[in-house]
Amino acid sequence: MLATPEAVDLSLFTRSAGPGERSIDLAIEGVDCAACLDDIEGTMKSAAGVVSARLNLTTHRLALVFRDAEADASVLIRTLARAGYKAYPFEQSRVERDEQRRTQWLLKCLAVAGFASMNIMLLSVSVWSGNVADITPETRDFFHWLSALIALPAAAYAGQPFFISAIAGVRAGKLNMDFPISLGILLALTMSVFETLFHGEHAYFDSAVMLLLFLLAGRYLDQSMRRRTRAAAGNLAALKGDVAHRFGPEGQVVAVPVGALLAGDRILVRPGDRVPADGLVLSGTSEVDTSIITGETMRRALRPGMPVHAGAMNFDGALTVEVTAAGQGTLLDEVARLIEKAGAAKSRYMRLADRAARIYAPMVHVAAAATLVFWLLAGAGAHQAIVIAISVLIITCPCALALAVPAVQVVASGHLFRAGIYLNAADALERLAEIDTIVFDKTGTLTHPHPDVVNAGMIPDDLRRAAARLAASSRHPLAMAVARLQADAAPYDDAEEVSGAGVRAMVDGVEMRLGSARFCDLPKERGSIAPDVSVIYLRHGDRRARFEIRQSLRSDARDTMDRLRRHGYDLRILSGDRPEAVAPLADILGIVSARGGLDPSQKIAEIEALRANGRKVLMVGDGLNDAPALAAAHASLSPVTAIDLAQAQADAIFLGERLAPVAQSLDVARQARALMRQNLGIAIIYNLVAVPLAVAGHVTPLIAAAAMSGSSIIVTLNALRMRAPAVAKPNDSHDERVLRLTTSELRT
Amino acid sequence: MNILVYLVPTALGLGLLALTAFMWSLKNGQYDDVEGTAYRILSDDDVEEDIERKRERRR
Repeated sequence: MLATPEAVDLSLFTRSAGPGERSIDLAIEGVDCAACLDDIEGTMKSAAGVVSARLNLTTHRLALVFRDAEADASVLIRTLARAGYKAYPFEQSRVERDEQRRTQWLLKCLAVAGFASMNIMLLSVSVWSGNVADITPETRDFFHWLSALIALPAAAYAGQPFFISAIAGVRAGKLNMDFPISLGILLALTMSVFETLFHGEHAYFDSAVMLLLFLLAGRYLDQSMRRRTRAAAGNLAALKGDVAHRFGPEGQVVAVPVGALLAGDRILVRPGDRVPADGLVLSGTSEVDTSIITGETMRRALRPGMPVHAGAMNFDGALTVEVTAAGQGTLLDEVARLIEKAGAAKSRYMRLADRAARIYAPMVHVAAAATLVFWLLAGAGAHQAIVIAISVLIITCPCALALAVPAVQVVASGHLFRAGIYLNAADALERLAEIDTIVFDKTGTLTHPHPDVVNAGMIPDDLRRAAARLAASSRHPLAMAVARLQADAAPYDDAEEVSGAGVRAMVDGVEMRLGSARFCDLPKERGSIAPDVSVIYLRHGDRRARFEIRQSLRSDARDTMDRLRRHGYDLRILSGDRPEAVAPLADILGIVSARGGLDPSQKIAEIEALRANGRKVLMVGDGLNDAPALAAAHASLSPVTAIDLAQAQADAIFLGERLAPVAQSLDVARQARALMRQNLGIAIIYNLVAVPLAVAGHVTPLIAAAAMSGSSIIVTLNALRMRAPAVAKPNDSHDERVLRLTTSELRT
Repeated sequence: MNILVYLVPTALGLGLLALTAFMWSLKNGQYDDVEGTAYRILSDDDVEEDIERKRERRR
């Protein structure tokens, strides 16, 4: 962890910020009030060598600039830690930077469209009221020319997001929603220019620009929600960011960020650390828990010369590991190959809005063409026929249709964000709504990602408290499980750890020991204990206690399974762990179809088989061995403790200890789909009313403006009807939950 | 009619001015942290003597 007192080399994260100055971005944990802002910035500004410090309360990030000669990033981080704020060096990912740039661009387009539509509306309202009163043709022409002067450059600028996407769609041979939008806007503008040239009574500049304004507002909200999710996910990644202990050239150990490791580096892995990178064991023996990689809960013994994968948890002894190049590990290679193959299936999914566009666009264009032919045959002049045909295109311009889906999406992803579920993919909601079968991984998904004491209830209170305090001074994973029994247990001052054996301290004049049977001088008992249970003992004079530690179910696993079953989902377990370990757990949860001992390719095969039967599968998993299955499934979820590769494949990541987010995200997705369909229905009804009016030639710019804004508002209001999922504790804020989560879970 | 020749460009000019101001504030990073800004207005740390006093206290 970066908060440990050792010096950490952070040069990888700092950038030059002028002569003699460097800057660093820090993700800050535990910012939950406005007072923190003053506190953090004040602390930093009064620290030696700091030039500027600015905290962003939206993203919880601190931008620091300091003089290289006077300050050091890791010292500043320690200063912050003393003030009560944990800070982690943070580097903005390229994806996030792109999202940020796009958000700004959309906001600029929105501003231009807003400016243009307000000013054009000012002129249009004058023309409309003048048309029924006594406006002179000269004044009307003057106003139309002014409108054109504003609308043409504004549309050229603010329409870019649609034009670019429409062109890309046409190039790819796919007709997306942006194509009819772009066509409608361009035709409306062209026709209006001609009307203006020939002193016509009606111009549609206001319709074209207002359409842009509404659609851009929808896009901007969608984008800023996505950016917010991305930023929160980025912070989580930074909070997780472990350091590796690398041997320097003279044999000294230096802590460096994991990202700075290169093949050939030698690193030290202490008990309680996760192995930071793939490599070969050079020296030392230990046992490692590889459950996050293979799902197997039995620990594996390691000897020099054996390969070890990133993510494995080191238990007993210190290891020296030589880092090998990423991708050289056979398992990782295999997983990457499987993911690539599996991902192709998902990209074939076609979004609801695009499916609607595919039906809608040809229908509207045919209707407009038919109108043109009809009026020509009916003996109207070419000019009048064209004007009416284009007014059909303008009035059907898919304002409501284009907002129908994004409006719901913004509301739904906002609800999910507040419930601690971060959506990765834009179309994830629609795919989640179609799910009928849910496949769970066992280790780390149905169970906690770390082992827990399972017999705490049978141990006297005072012994349990004492054991937790004693355990708090050790980093051994089993000791950490005991320490979790008591929130904020203060370690004993004179506690001493005996490597590979246990911890001891003098309590009330008598030595207290916590550790293996031999360390506590107790008879070793086997036989009565299940194979996947680890046991440690506490001895204090005559008093003794036995702690049984194993991976336990998440607290609401049973309730969530019952709830999902009531909703009609078919539940299954596919685990990499031994079948004997899977079966009892499946019994408790009432899941009939449970299989163990699967490797990644077998997991994919199972999911493919379900898909072949017409099932839409949701995969919930956290391990390296789940990553291909997450990519292959129709939709996928990962807990935040999942390995990075798995998170990258998942459609959404959920925070917290509970499993309820799985049910919540499915609920929200189903509601969202229902609302999206309703909205599309509203858009169709609107068109059924508006198109005949337009075909009959009754649509004036005034009617077009009223119809478009009216339908957009109805669709948006309908989206706002969505109910928020019940969050675990209604009065605790999102930040508090992240805080609790990061301290309890990410540290394992 | 004549009055329009002055009024309309004036109205447009004012609108353009607002648009420019918005673009400037966007470029200036004023929309990067809308939540923080709401609280920043309440803090007095831009008052010079206040910063001095805080430093004194810390020493």
